[in-house]
Amino acid sequence: MDLQSLYHEIIVDHNRRPRNFRRIEDATRMSEGHNPLCGDKLKLYVLLEDGVIKDVSFEGSGCAISMASASLLTERLKGRPEAEAEELFEEMHRLLTSDSEAEADTDKLGKLASLAGVRAYPSRVKCATLSWHTLHAALEGEDLISTE
Amino acid sequence: MSIAAPQGGHEALDVNAVRRDFPVLEQTVRGKPLAYLDNAATSQKPRRVIEAIDHYYRHDNANIHRGVHTLSERATAAYENAREGLARFINANSAKELVFLRGTTEAINLVANAWARPKLGRGDRVLITEAEHHSNIVPWQLLCEQTGAELRVVPVTDSGELDLDAFEQELTGEPAIFAVGHVSNALGTVNPLEYLIPRAKAVGATVVVDGAQATPHLAVDVQALGCDFYAFSGHKMFGPTGIGCLWGRAEHLDAMPPWQGGGEMIKVVRFDKSLWNDIPHKFEAGTPNIAGAIGLGEAAAYISELGIDRIAAREALLLEHATRVLSEVPGLRIIGTGPHKAAVVSFVMTDIHPHDLGTILDHEGIAIRAGHHCAMPLMERFGVAATTRASMAMYNTTEEIDRLAAALTRAREVLA
Repeated sequence: MDLQSLYHEIIVDHNRRPRNFRRIEDATRMSEGHNPLCGDKLKLYVLLEDGVIKDVSFEGSGCAISMASASLLTERLKGRPEAEAEELFEEMHRLLTSDSEAEADTDKLGKLASLAGVRAYPSRVKCATLSWHTLHAALEGEDLISTE
Repeated sequence: MSIAAPQGGHEALDVNAVRRDFPVLEQTVRGKPLAYLDNAATSQKPRRVIEAIDHYYRHDNANIHRGVHTLSERATAAYENAREGLARFINANSAKELVFLRGTTEAINLVANAWARPKLGRGDRVLITEAEHHSNIVPWQLLCEQTGAELRVVPVTDSGELDLDAFEQELTGEPAIFAVGHVSNALGTVNPLEYLIPRAKAVGATVVVDGAQATPHLAVDVQALGCDFYAFSGHKMFGPTGIGCLWGRAEHLDAMPPWQGGGEMIKVVRFDKSLWNDIPHKFEAGTPNIAGAIGLGEAAAYISELGIDRIAAREALLLEHATRVLSEVPGLRIIGTGPHKAAVVSFVMTDIHPHDLGTILDHEGIAIRAGHHCAMPLMERFGVAATTRASMAMYNTTEEIDRLAAALTRAREVLA
């Protein structure tokens, strides 16, 4: 496993210039994610209308993997149906965790598949999944989620 | 095995010879020679410690203090011999004052529960510092919740040193307990115990020292320090995990009720009333970590034979080198810049998270620690969630530090 597979150019780009890195004033859902192990913290805002994610954004700080993962998430889900978010959450889980039996559908994941390299670094998987767990909590209407 | 009191030699350590004592160092990680710079998390083990444990299990394994057979006598002698050696290692008045426990964490919990809890109540104060490891914060926090006592905290300055004016101010509140680390695990700062302890004792405080980061790096003399309790862990000082010591003044240990009940800690058990064993056995309920104690005794002997002063001199050189070359890395800021430090360099880099650095450095065969170092309040004090920490032992080399600096410079390219 070389470093370029982990720090793929898409990840490096999204870490340096995170997309949708802002607050949504009229968000209908908000959730905070926290990884106490490394101090990663993020707030995820969702504007949900009639089952569609009209807008999604985040704020926070963390490692390149967690920042890029959150950025890619918002880019992918903006304007998409809520149900698709849950499907992709499952797909990301398959991509990142080695205990999953089925192969992840990388066509469906598109750019999100650039996080596949994380799988070889078990201690870093939580960094990549934090934003997805936080989104899941926001959509479920929970208040705070921790990956710990 | 015999352990002499720590003493310094005049010649510098032969680093190559020392490195040959540590089998784990003879390996490559991801195709590069291992540079192990995570010694504050745990140190590596010299061959003689590994062999002492191996020897015990191959030849002497038996339960201690009760058996009358040969193996039990050998095991008991080896265990108590280790205690005596460790007592000399920290210049305790007597081996009776040295309790074998799982480590520093258990030692501090023992003091909090068996010494402090019966004495404390509402209106009492427990004083700690902002730089403490969680193991010297949380036991006191629990104690305060249980007794109604108040937890007070001495802040640190921008250089990571204890704020002595604030310390003096806190002493006017006459704390019942003052618990302080000898050396900060997160920043490496060596606290001026020779000043702090007499001041705290003068207002009647019981002084508890967390020595986990001190015993592998500097000479510890509990009688000269004048503290009441001193705790340390085996695995930080080239010994095994799961074993450590609490040193306490005999009159304190005698006055304390047992903390855990079971075998070994009793003289007589009757249903109406049991009689406790003498110190230190009163605090060693259950079959102890015999092999661990023997391994730790051997580790202390190893340190003494190398000479703690020669180790300290070697580490001072490494610290000086690391501080210099890391300061030259673009965008790197060292946290903890006081004049008295153990060989620890904690730092942050602009726009690069410590966990990314940890992974990138691992690809170069370099083991460092990225995180909050079990000192979350201290991280908050410096406005960071985490730092990257390189912590050296006497077997590290300036070449390894140079590799670290080069890899940090390259990390920026990976993430640019």
